[in-house]
Amino acid sequence: MKYVAGVDVGSTQTKAVIIDENKTIVGRALLDMETSMVTVAQDAFKEALGNAKIAEDDVLYVVGTGYGRYNVTFGNEQVTEISCHARGAVALFPGTRTVIDIGGQDTKAIRVKDDGQVGDFTMNDKCAAGTGRFLGAASYALEMPLSELGPLALKSQNPVRITTTCTVFAESEIISHLAKGLLPEDVLMGVHKAITSRCVSLARRVGIEPEVTFTGGVSRNVAIVKLLGEAAATKINVSPDAHFCGALGAALFSHDRAFGSQHRQAAA
Amino acid sequence: MTGKAVGAAANIADTAAAFDGRIEGQRLMRDWYKALEEAPARGQHVANVFVMGNAVEILRAFDFQLVFPEINSLQTGVRKTSEEYLRLSEDYGMSPDVCSYVKADVGLILKEHEHPAGRIPRAHIAIASNMCSTFIKWAEIWERLLKTPTFVLDLPGQRAGNWRVRPGDAQHAADARWVEAQFQDLIHRCEAITGKRFDLDRLAEVEDRVNKMVAHWNNVMALNRVCPAPYNAMLDGLTYIGIMNVYRGTPEGVAFMRNLEAQLKTKVARGEGRVAEERYRLLFSGTPCYVSMRRLVELFETWGGVFAYSDYLTFAAGGMDAGDLAYDTSRPLESLAEVTALAAQRGLSNQFFAHERLAQQIRDYAVDGIVFHGIKSCRFVSSGMADTRDYLNKRLKMPSLYIESDLIDPRYWSDAQIKNRVDAFFETLRQSGGAPPAGKSVPPATGRAA
Repeated sequence: MKYVAGVDVGSTQTKAVIIDENKTIVGRALLDMETSMVTVAQDAFKEALGNAKIAEDDVLYVVGTGYGRYNVTFGNEQVTEISCHARGAVALFPGTRTVIDIGGQDTKAIRVKDDGQVGDFTMNDKCAAGTGRFLGAASYALEMPLSELGPLALKSQNPVRITTTCTVFAESEIISHLAKGLLPEDVLMGVHKAITSRCVSLARRVGIEPEVTFTGGVSRNVAIVKLLGEAAATKINVSPDAHFCGALGAALFSHDRAFGSQHRQAAA
Repeated sequence: MTGKAVGAAANIADTAAAFDGRIEGQRLMRDWYKALEEAPARGQHVANVFVMGNAVEILRAFDFQLVFPEINSLQTGVRKTSEEYLRLSEDYGMSPDVCSYVKADVGLILKEHEHPAGRIPRAHIAIASNMCSTFIKWAEIWERLLKTPTFVLDLPGQRAGNWRVRPGDAQHAADARWVEAQFQDLIHRCEAITGKRFDLDRLAEVEDRVNKMVAHWNNVMALNRVCPAPYNAMLDGLTYIGIMNVYRGTPEGVAFMRNLEAQLKTKVARGEGRVAEERYRLLFSGTPCYVSMRRLVELFETWGGVFAYSDYLTFAAGGMDAGDLAYDTSRPLESLAEVTALAAQRGLSNQFFAHERLAQQIRDYAVDGIVFHGIKSCRFVSSGMADTRDYLNKRLKMPSLYIESDLIDPRYWSDAQIKNRVDAFFETLRQSGGAPPAGKSVPPATGRAA
């Protein structure tokens, strides 16, 4: 059996996915950006190889994606995360027509055509408001792990309104609300609503058509998933592999290159 | 064809081939800045003008040396010195949100008129207009900081959606009379400043040259409808439009445009394109990012994408819309008013009702996609882009890309973000059945298929 891989080097984490000839995920890895991009890309790839229990020589083709895609120096090709997230989302949920990806510094909305190709896309510009970094600011201000933010926010009865659109100022606004004695869950729900509002506004620019698939690290946040569903008035698809969606898309592009268009058509 | 005629044709082709619009354009710009620097020594009167709604023809008839503050500002961007001027104006108290052209100009004043291209003379008069709301406030800054007398032209705009003045109709006649009355006032002001009598024949001469330049300009635009496009509208085109503005109504301007048209015709005849292999034809809508334009064009040309057209080349070419706007030199002042009234209407309308115009240009230039460039410090030219983009996408299924930076502020240029969007745009075009990417792959690692 031969394999292909996708490595998604993002702003805060690097993800690697290995798939086989049947497009089944056989290995994955997720690493925080603690070293250089080149090193972490290599480490993630090696960890995914270990996870799949295969040797490097068994991998025919590697596509790098994400902002650090050119740091996947051992790869064969680079494809942007816009194309990769769309490709991955359609593979996970074939009915996908809209992809919302919230990552560490980027939020993107992608309209997917009936044939599964990217129709249009839009991204946040010059500002990290409405991205995972906004949650990072809340996590820092509340001294609470990211994984606990969503569940706590869902307990809110009286969410506050976070008015600032600046991630840096949001932190001081959060601290100010807490200093006034407001409940952390209410402040947090305000943060989640602010992110969702920015994100939905972005998505409306390309048009929100069901099915909507949510990808990226923030898709693990249950409060954002709930709020997105309410704002978009539709069910939101979230896969357990949503965090790896970009890397999966990259691996699928590798599959096209390594195994040819027959496999690609069969997959479509 | 006789042997003599064949020889003459060959000479013309050789001359055209020898002419390089960008090199000659750059030379002319250097000469122009030298002329600016030397104007005080010549005792020449100086006028500040904007590229739209500027009555340049009248000013030329009085032999004013023209200063284009917008072009001075964009040149600080082209020469990678804009940030210094912008910071000076911000230190002075101007907000980062203010138009970066204005801020660079204020920085220039604070640097005592020292521009990277030479010293800019102080103006004896500044002509502003309502073609951009910032023009009037900008002129007020000159009044306050430099005591420059200003003359503001009030040019009638569009009264309602889908409402257009047409040449010769009653509204146009009324608009033209209103504009002509203002020109009469301007002429009196110019006579008072220069001590010269207004000469209608001089005005007619200038207009005749403008007519020739506009005719060549329209032909130059049309030549890029050919595939492969002989020039990139957002690189070469920016040099051409600079000459169109600063040499408007001059013998040098006519010669440049004539030679340029001939050169481009030769390129078209030979099938020479701007890039070795034109894979995607694109339309650029909006105002350039002068500080990074070469880089932006490079990002597109790496994928074989060429800007075949830009609406900037229409609305910023002296505010002239392409087509039927020629002066009747037998009645120069009336005609100037008539054309100005129409050009102002079209210039303003094209800013706010871009949908159908762009749809037509998409067809005329057979483009595969459209790129909108929003300007951080100018919402005037950026508002409505999302709406237009949505319209073209739904109506024509036209792939489009929206990117944002600034006219000349390098702090708004984020290379990684913009490259990411450009690459994703071309991946989308390719997935839609376009050409494959050119040379995008990284050398493969040992043991893997390339």
